[in-house]
Amino acid sequence: MAQHLKSSSKSILLNILRHNIGFSSPSHASRHLRHNLPHGPLSTRLAPNLITRYCNTMVDTLSSIGSHEDTNSQVMDFPGGKVAFTPEIHFISESNEERVPCYRVLDDNGQQLTNSQFVPVSKEIAVKMYSDMVTLQMMDNIFYEAQRQGRLSFYATAFGEEAINIASAAALSPDDVIFPQYREPGVLLWRGFTLQEFANQCFGNKSDYGKGRQMPVHYGSNKLNYFTVSATIATQLPNAVGAAYSLKMDGKDACAVTFFGDGGSSEGDFHAALNFAAVMEAPVLFICRNNGWAISTPTSDQFRSDGVVVKGRAYGIRSIRVDGNDALAMYSAVHEAREMAIRERRPILIEALTYRVGHHSTSDDSTRYRSADEIEWWNKARNPLSRFRTWVESNGWWSDETESDLRSRIKKEMLEAIRVAEKTEKPNLNHMFSDVYDVPPLNLREQELLVRQAIKSHPLDYPSDVPL
Amino acid sequence: MASLLGRFCRKLVVPGSAHGSRMISTTACDSEAVKSLNLYSAINQALHIALETDPRSYVFGEDVGFGGVFRCTTGLAERFGKNRVFNTPLCEQGIVGFGIGLAAMGNRAVVEIQFADYIYPAFDQIVNEAAKFRYRSGNQFNCGGLTIRAPYGAVGHGGHYHSQSPEAFFCHVPGIKVVIPRSPREAKGLLLSSIRDPNPVVFFEPKWLYRQAVEEVPEHDYMIPLSQAEVIREGNDITLVGWGAQLTVMEQACLDAEKVLDFIFQLKDNWFKVSNMGLELIMQEGISCELIDLKTLLPWDKETVEASVKKTGRLLISHEAPVTGGFGAEISATILERCFLKLEAPVSRVCGLDTPFPLVFEPFYMPTKNKASSSSSLSSPLKKKRHYLIMGLHVWCRYWMQSSPLLITSHSICFFR
Repeated sequence: MAQHLKSSSKSILLNILRHNIGFSSPSHASRHLRHNLPHGPLSTRLAPNLITRYCNTMVDTLSSIGSHEDTNSQVMDFPGGKVAFTPEIHFISESNEERVPCYRVLDDNGQQLTNSQFVPVSKEIAVKMYSDMVTLQMMDNIFYEAQRQGRLSFYATAFGEEAINIASAAALSPDDVIFPQYREPGVLLWRGFTLQEFANQCFGNKSDYGKGRQMPVHYGSNKLNYFTVSATIATQLPNAVGAAYSLKMDGKDACAVTFFGDGGSSEGDFHAALNFAAVMEAPVLFICRNNGWAISTPTSDQFRSDGVVVKGRAYGIRSIRVDGNDALAMYSAVHEAREMAIRERRPILIEALTYRVGHHSTSDDSTRYRSADEIEWWNKARNPLSRFRTWVESNGWWSDETESDLRSRIKKEMLEAIRVAEKTEKPNLNHMFSDVYDVPPLNLREQELLVRQAIKSHPLDYPSDVPL
Repeated sequence: MASLLGRFCRKLVVPGSAHGSRMISTTACDSEAVKSLNLYSAINQALHIALETDPRSYVFGEDVGFGGVFRCTTGLAERFGKNRVFNTPLCEQGIVGFGIGLAAMGNRAVVEIQFADYIYPAFDQIVNEAAKFRYRSGNQFNCGGLTIRAPYGAVGHGGHYHSQSPEAFFCHVPGIKVVIPRSPREAKGLLLSSIRDPNPVVFFEPKWLYRQAVEEVPEHDYMIPLSQAEVIREGNDITLVGWGAQLTVMEQACLDAEKVLDFIFQLKDNWFKVSNMGLELIMQEGISCELIDLKTLLPWDKETVEASVKKTGRLLISHEAPVTGGFGAEISATILERCFLKLEAPVSRVCGLDTPFPLVFEPFYMPTKNKASSSSSLSSPLKKKRHYLIMGLHVWCRYWMQSSPLLITSHSICFFR
């Protein structure tokens, strides 16, 4: 496939892709199921903006019933629709014989696979993607070291997951709202969050948009449509569904996107959210970073299904498994998923397989539960940066020189950002009490007075870098 | 001197409604149209108005589409469409989580939890997401448009899982508000305030009153302010604080306490020449009770309760929820801190027991009016002033009736108990 395409050819290619990428279903006719609703009047009960709801009897239009040639075949009629009966006692297997295959475009060495389908990426986008992956990795390195030196209280890296972070962000529009877990700062980076802004939050200074209230890496930016990180696992998933529903109702050309890990897929909120998304027909992308580990818990202790991708079907959600370390595959998958989500008003589940190269956080030493060799192998042989770099370079869009220029620039910027963030003063004490409610109620005003009196009486009990 | 105003003739079922509760109307209406409504109808009216006045508002929850198990959402889906009023899957964490997401995008999400007993799966979303949404983001984001409604409280036959009063759990969560109305008119105004308040609100509706309470409810759009307690019955001898359905019970206790003590009448004919005013005072005086409806439990109006207790010197708090760790403990501790020197008796709490809410034993579990009446605060409310008055009268009588020492003795026994 040619990489350099004019826009007209590109649209043809996309149409081919759309036809081929498709999705597996009993028959392709199922794509049009929603128009063959047996109970027509449903649409007339809705607002005229053509937002439809799946009729709960859609099961009876599945081809499995129509395909029975036997004139004696009967169906059983229950709430939920007609089902064919079978005299055989047959349990559906707990798993398919083969695991769901994983979509990728580049091989382990960054060479494009000959028959790969993907959404083309312009030079500009590809260069920005690769640069941001490098920036993310360097930012993580330097902040991690700063924590080790005692300058930061805490940090969590996204090593190994740079492609997921950056490529997914690149495939989205700035209007798509993001509900992150905590290992997706790359999405913010892509959208323009500066290294200084990252540093401000990590140091909790007065320029932190979060006003110093949360631990490092709990970023948020309303300007960039990135909802503030909360440490609770998977709680953001149902929130994303509600936000997606709002976008649909407001008729926006945008979707909600939410990230979570393999561990997060065990939480109740995951199941709640997927079910709601399907029933509410919400344009939301569920992107699972299956990096093999939930702190020290490997996926074999997390679930017994074939990963997370198979869970989508249980909720009636279209799903795909992607090589999360392949930037092009991630980009294409998210790009296509986004279009489907908005156009068809449906949720999509993307399971991005990857590996968590770093420790869970600075409070973790992962060599205690996995071998250093394993970590090293994934860091070197399956590194998403080197794979993508190979492809970008093969197009003549990158070189060693641009690499070293970038790296020295980022390093300088990072060190400066940390220097500035460290010496910027902390937020004022009154920000402990503001924003609990829109306006501080009486009990908080009283408590602030009490705290200030306590400070006057025992100033040494309190840090001197918080302005009063 | 003790107040003679402590008694009202109660015409309506609902506590405080004859008193003319403080109400702030959004539109000035001299001849406001009112309609006799029960609680669920008043809630329904509020929801209709909320959806009508804000096109980006939504009502959803389990079984909300056909009108809800308590009929609070009747007619909404037909009028506003299934995209704004809809059933959800049976999943409270999903319902509230989805509502938070909607609210975070600037919509008003009025979420129904079918029974307060089932709110717990949503507790994580409420505490860790809704309550902290604004604060943790540095006010870049908020989910103030979220209102969670749930029927709570005893219903006579609800048992463990249809009778709970979980308000205390939520009062411990900075960042949300907790509101509990006592009557139909209050419910409509408070619900509209809660929906429009820029903070997430948990709104508990006393299910016992859904049909039982009937009141004249103005038909227009009005709001009752949050975090303002109301003195629904004025008095001087003791302050009673409660919320929701319990106020009806407490009002009965107030009425009982205000009745003339029977045996005073027996003595009346045997007193001669006691000052008219003094006798009248003793004869007519029961216990004058000041009853306060807290309405908003978080953040709660300490000032109103404090002012009342400083006047009366006694406090009795009553709620259905179990006494240990109940919200009465917070009120008690706060009032103790602020009014210690004015208190004449320990603060009383007349509450549910520390058991799961029982079925057969419900009548024994509940904080009844008689339990309130016989609590230490209410049963011995003699204030210092009255002490002096009676002592004075005793001395005067003794002087006057030196010929009848027996009478004086019995008189003393009666009043110095």
